[in-house]
Amino acid sequence: MRLELDPAPSLGKTLLTYLAFLLLTLLLLGGLFALYGVPPLRAYGVLLSPLADPLGLAEIARRTIPLLLIGAGLTLAFRVGFFNIGAEGQLLLGAVGAAYAALFLPAGPWTLPLMFLLGGALGGLWAGVAAWLRVRFGANEILTTLMQNYLAYYLVVYLVAGPWKGQFVFGFLYTDRFPEVARLPRLGDTLVHWPTLLLGVGAALGLQLLLFRTPLGFSWRVLGENPSAARYLGLKEGRFLALAALASGALSGLAGVGEVAGIHQRLLEPAQISLGYGFTAILAAWLARGRPGLVLLTAPLLGLILVGGDALKLAYSMPFRVVDVVAGLLLLGLVGAEALARHRLVWRR
Amino acid sequence: MSLDAAFLTALLLSTLRQTTPLLLTALGGMFSERSGVVNIALEGILLFGALTAAVVVERLEAALGPGPHPWLPWVGVLAAMGVGGLVAFVHALVSIKYRADQIISGTALNLLALGAPSLVLTYFYGNATSSKEVANRLPLWGPEGFQLSPLVYLAFLLVPLTWWVLFKTPFGLRLRAVGEHPEAADTLGVNVYRMRYTGVVLSGILAGLAGAYLAIGFLNQFVRGMSAGMGFIALAAMIFGKWHPVGILFSTLLFGFASALAIQLQGTEILPAVLVQAFPYVVTVLVLAGFIGRSRPPAAVGKPYEK
Repeated sequence: MRLELDPAPSLGKTLLTYLAFLLLTLLLLGGLFALYGVPPLRAYGVLLSPLADPLGLAEIARRTIPLLLIGAGLTLAFRVGFFNIGAEGQLLLGAVGAAYAALFLPAGPWTLPLMFLLGGALGGLWAGVAAWLRVRFGANEILTTLMQNYLAYYLVVYLVAGPWKGQFVFGFLYTDRFPEVARLPRLGDTLVHWPTLLLGVGAALGLQLLLFRTPLGFSWRVLGENPSAARYLGLKEGRFLALAALASGALSGLAGVGEVAGIHQRLLEPAQISLGYGFTAILAAWLARGRPGLVLLTAPLLGLILVGGDALKLAYSMPFRVVDVVAGLLLLGLVGAEALARHRLVWRR
Repeated sequence: MSLDAAFLTALLLSTLRQTTPLLLTALGGMFSERSGVVNIALEGILLFGALTAAVVVERLEAALGPGPHPWLPWVGVLAAMGVGGLVAFVHALVSIKYRADQIISGTALNLLALGAPSLVLTYFYGNATSSKEVANRLPLWGPEGFQLSPLVYLAFLLVPLTWWVLFKTPFGLRLRAVGEHPEAADTLGVNVYRMRYTGVVLSGILAGLAGAYLAIGFLNQFVRGMSAGMGFIALAAMIFGKWHPVGILFSTLLFGFASALAIQLQGTEILPAVLVQAFPYVVTVLVLAGFIGRSRPPAAVGKPYEK
């Protein structure tokens, strides 16, 4: 018995494989919950409970916003072959840019657009460094972007504990609250800062169009699928790679602007600005299979897992980080399913 | 502060201690990549190893009483190596048998390593950030004033040993062959899959060992996020060391020295704390960018083999 490449897997088989692996993952997770003294079915009920009430839905929407922006950009970057694992750092740089514009530049009706502009630019710059290092010196971008995450983390820690520490915050490590003009409007009493949500939807749809309906998108796809063909066509590999990297960095930066301008209204410690959105969004991007538009589905799904993790924490005092276990196992299961679906079992040697 | 003998000794000891987990992990990464599999899960495996060592030793202490058990930390070390190998085996299974994207598989395992410790810690200790301190850490060996954990000596002894394995044994030749040209190796009768499984699992065992060093050699407990990117830095050191044990020895020593220098200068007027903390990461980026232009990875690294 061995695995062989299946050139044309049928839809039914693909779906069945995914379903089988999903069940396997859920069973594994259920075992984990049971070990923890929580009945698995009840745990799944709690995990899905946010879907049942409006407040839960609003929470999902709030978590979806950064995942959508970052996920759309990462889908593009991964497709082109730039493995940006540094969205978390780019998000933090975006938050830094937003805070600078909000606190230190003259306030006015232009403040919010300026925050997005500066935050996006800084996020793009942060990814651009890794792109430049890869194109110019051949530095592995997985490792450089990972290292830049730590650097961004320490930059924010330094700023909120040092030069930008608020005058009115006593012992806390954050800046003063942003002025009124630097706060994003929200939907009713929820934390859904809708302008950023619109940006996210626009980014996903825009990148989808760009990728599949324009010459630029064609070049990107060729580069991602067949770099040697791209060189044969005379494409400037480095330029297209850098452009995709910049776009994904800028979108992560915008996500950072949204978090500080829409939710916290100040710059604070990195772990409070982001719940690891930059890493969770890697899943959103991977699940979207190279189609930025599909992030419109995958980002809310992961948003649900994040909010469900919160609910589990409240209901059974499980640590919030259980969401990473859920996400990690899910990803592993889907990776396995995806690979297996492309193969068939052959019953001979 | 003066550059006296005491300072230099402290700096040297600190360098050796800082280098150890990087060296162990980087040598592990070398086995994996030489066989043709990228293993960025090493960061997560460090955490899994550290967690295993700390929890196993603490639980056994709780069962047996605290009184000195010289053998107990070694049980923790073995358990950490076992768990490290096991996690790596999952990565191997997904990326060799199922031929999935190795970066995504590694990312999934790293995500698990972020989440799983808080579950285990809450289960045993009721908090999500650290384990209870253990009484039986690894011993210290060496003359008075120059004492180091046995794992430090082991890490440096592994350099000639891995060199010999990689370049002087049939196993090493086959491992390198499947990483360079799996089709040719296969034609000559080398079992490509088995060699790759071996390479990846070896990398996990070594990273698990490094994790044990962090938890019960360097400290005496597990602390959330205690690997702090060391697994990634080790991978950078492996690249900088050109996938060669001796190169890796020098590159990890460079990183170890950078960290040790930063730690020794911490609290002095020379360097603000935040720069100290950022230092190793800056060095890593510079190293990745500046010097490695001409280093060449194994030709088939990252590519699944289709028989």
